[in-house]
Amino acid sequence: MAYLIYALRRALQAVPVILMIMVGAFLLLKLAPGDTVDALVGDMGGADAQFIARLRAEYGLDQPVWVQLWRYLAKMAQFDFGWSYVYEQPVATVLLDRLGTTLMLMCASLFFAFTIGILLGAIAARRAYSATDNVISTLGLIFYATPSFFLSLMMIVIFSVKLGWLPVGGIRTIAAFHTGWDHVLDVARHLVMPTAALSLIYLAFYLRLMRASVLEVAELDYVRTARAKGAGETRLMVHHIMRNALLPVVTLLGLQFSTLLGGSVVVETIFSLPGLGQLAYQSVIQRDMNTLMGIIFLSSVVVIVVNFLTDLLYARLDSRIELA
Amino acid sequence: MSEAPILEIEDLRVALPEGSDRPLALDGLSLTVNRGEILCLVGESGSGKSLAAGAVMRLLPEPSVRMTDGRIRLEGQDLATLSEREIRQLRGNRMAMIFQEPMTALNPQKTVGWQIDEVLRLHTSLGRKARAARTLEMLEQVHIPDPRSAMNAYPHQVSGGQRQRVMIAMALAMDPRLIIADEPTTALDVTTQLQILRLIRELQESHGSGVLFITHDFGVVAEIADRVAVLRRGELVEQGTADEILNRPQHPYTRALIAAVPDLTPPAPRSFDGAPTVLKAEGMRKTFRARGGIFGGRRKAVVAVDQVSFDLRRGETLGIVGESGSGKTTVARCITRLLDADGGRVTLDGRDILSASGGDLRAMRADIQMVFQDPMASLNPRKRVVDLIAQGPIVHGTPPRAAREQARELLRLVELSPAAADRYPHEFSGGQRQRIGIARALALEPKVIVADEPVSALDVSVQAQVLRLLADLRKRLELSLLFVTHDLRVAAQLCDRVAVMEKGRVVETGVTAELFANPQHAYTRKLLASVPGRDWTPPQIREDAA
Repeated sequence: MAYLIYALRRALQAVPVILMIMVGAFLLLKLAPGDTVDALVGDMGGADAQFIARLRAEYGLDQPVWVQLWRYLAKMAQFDFGWSYVYEQPVATVLLDRLGTTLMLMCASLFFAFTIGILLGAIAARRAYSATDNVISTLGLIFYATPSFFLSLMMIVIFSVKLGWLPVGGIRTIAAFHTGWDHVLDVARHLVMPTAALSLIYLAFYLRLMRASVLEVAELDYVRTARAKGAGETRLMVHHIMRNALLPVVTLLGLQFSTLLGGSVVVETIFSLPGLGQLAYQSVIQRDMNTLMGIIFLSSVVVIVVNFLTDLLYARLDSRIELA
Repeated sequence: MSEAPILEIEDLRVALPEGSDRPLALDGLSLTVNRGEILCLVGESGSGKSLAAGAVMRLLPEPSVRMTDGRIRLEGQDLATLSEREIRQLRGNRMAMIFQEPMTALNPQKTVGWQIDEVLRLHTSLGRKARAARTLEMLEQVHIPDPRSAMNAYPHQVSGGQRQRVMIAMALAMDPRLIIADEPTTALDVTTQLQILRLIRELQESHGSGVLFITHDFGVVAEIADRVAVLRRGELVEQGTADEILNRPQHPYTRALIAAVPDLTPPAPRSFDGAPTVLKAEGMRKTFRARGGIFGGRRKAVVAVDQVSFDLRRGETLGIVGESGSGKTTVARCITRLLDADGGRVTLDGRDILSASGGDLRAMRADIQMVFQDPMASLNPRKRVVDLIAQGPIVHGTPPRAAREQARELLRLVELSPAAADRYPHEFSGGQRQRIGIARALALEPKVIVADEPVSALDVSVQAQVLRLLADLRKRLELSLLFVTHDLRVAAQLCDRVAVMEKGRVVETGVTAELFANPQHAYTRKLLASVPGRDWTPPQIREDAA
């Protein structure tokens, strides 16, 4: 019950946040020169001024910005995100088609980065300043310093072109028409390289943070108390250090989900995955205002939901925190 | 008796890492703790007393700090020869430790019951039910109210005193032969401290264990010790029964330490008839409200200061005493306008300070200055001492050159060498830093100085010096002092009048000597009865004899 009230209040708090994001994004996009009609006409190879003016009137683009904004928000309140003139489909349909791929990519990357990151970080901290630590920390530094586009291209060269182990891009082998487990396996194979490319830099984040956090917690009084009780090293690690050391890492997890979305633009474009990131990129190029706004809306909702989940997780991990 | 003593330390040497202030933290320490005995190991900070405990438990931060020589025997068994596994079986089992900070010594993510249970899980083969029963029994033994619900509580849900009881329950769960208590009551309020000291005494008697009790406080020593060992910079200077050390100390260092302990009996009161009132507070109030947004949840507001009134005359020192959470620091902060009070009136020389704003307030700040508790945290580490002191006057319009000149003068006044002016705060000891803090407060030639626990973080000998300096300055400069402290011994020696605070209210105000001799309010009586070693009067030792 308490959780329900808490969730409800968080949902209410999210409304003004999303509203502000949408208004801000709308105005920013209007500031940029050119609109959908320019892009459409450009694609057609030019048209006469009268036709352009009629198109503008038809799309409502001749109205003042405030009127356009009001109309958009009024429709958004009814969860109507408009029509994509590029894809000739409702924006909602376009988005939902692609949401799955992006969520899959993001969750897989984050999960991989988080688990491997904290594991390596903890190991490095427990063997601080040893050879193991040096290897792990150097590896972290390399991951940290490598841009994801470079990593993506290198992986394609090695694993797809030279070795031929993994597909170059796309989300499935189109001509194969796999079903059931074959399909799942096929999608998974397509996601291996994008996930790796997207997650390695985050893995480095978590690794470094976890290493520092474990080193810090290991020096704390209650760990000394546990030692004085006669607890062995494994016990110290499992019961006294890990859970306390995880707290700052979980905070970062929530914060980074949103930057991950930004990173997926590059990765999805390189691996030609039909996801939101790639869609966002194309929508910008084609001035597909409605789709772009839809993507912004969807991403803010996803980020808010993830932050809510992180807070729940945090409260679960830290007994001192009460949700209020 | 042929039985071996519980703990024997012979010629213990502990090396510090290179570049420390001395090569050996402990140099040839020899101690014995017998059955059913409490040995107090006394020393100032940096004397190596905690490292002695670490060496016994084999919990030294190796390899930088390590035992290089000597022998430690627990009931005749040499601890140095044991493997890591064997020593783990002893820890928490036959020897246990109680730490200083109950706030941080318990794992915040595990329940109290779990943490006591862990000891039993490590050292016994008892089943879950038997362990739970034993945990409950231990919590009852340390007199925790409602032990059943305490078992399921997290450490942050119980008070500091209760947490220390949990620590003790944990230490005693396996009925250890040796208990090492490292300043177990330093972080606690006096009333709680007395309860914990009594508890340790009571349990030690019923369990017959030996206790190595580490402390810096001679009041606590007088309260609990059977025998006393005094440590100075890693060397044992004197050892003997509590009576011998406390009342007839031989070594000059012990004598100096004991001479520095403030007497609980106040000196004869000074007269302030006819002196004008400098600071007057009437009906001051401050409530801390929990903040929350539009959709935020509500939390309970805390009334920190409730209808507090007092006055302070020129040259007088008014002590505000009370336990933590009584609101004494909030009073100090409201008066100096570091916090805004919710209501009431405070006048400084007839001018209202609570309602002053802008330029008026800035001008008034020159007349009321503050000395803080933690001299390290309250001095900007990136500024030279001379700039720290001169900053105030420069802000108030003194030409920088003159202000710096005056700052050097002030350093002489607080008995620091003028050469100190060009150094940074971290290059000084705690006592010296507090002198800088005082010089900084004096720089604006204030009428009133508000001192918030200015000597609480200092060793007793340094504390005595700083108190003497304050007493000397207030006489020379006709300063009025509002002195916030939890230490009744310090209040007895320095304050002309005392206001006792409890839960935000002043429950009693009076001339120190009268109030200490004849406390009216029940809370004042309780506070006075809780001062450790209140029955022990530090012997008057003539300096020339030492």
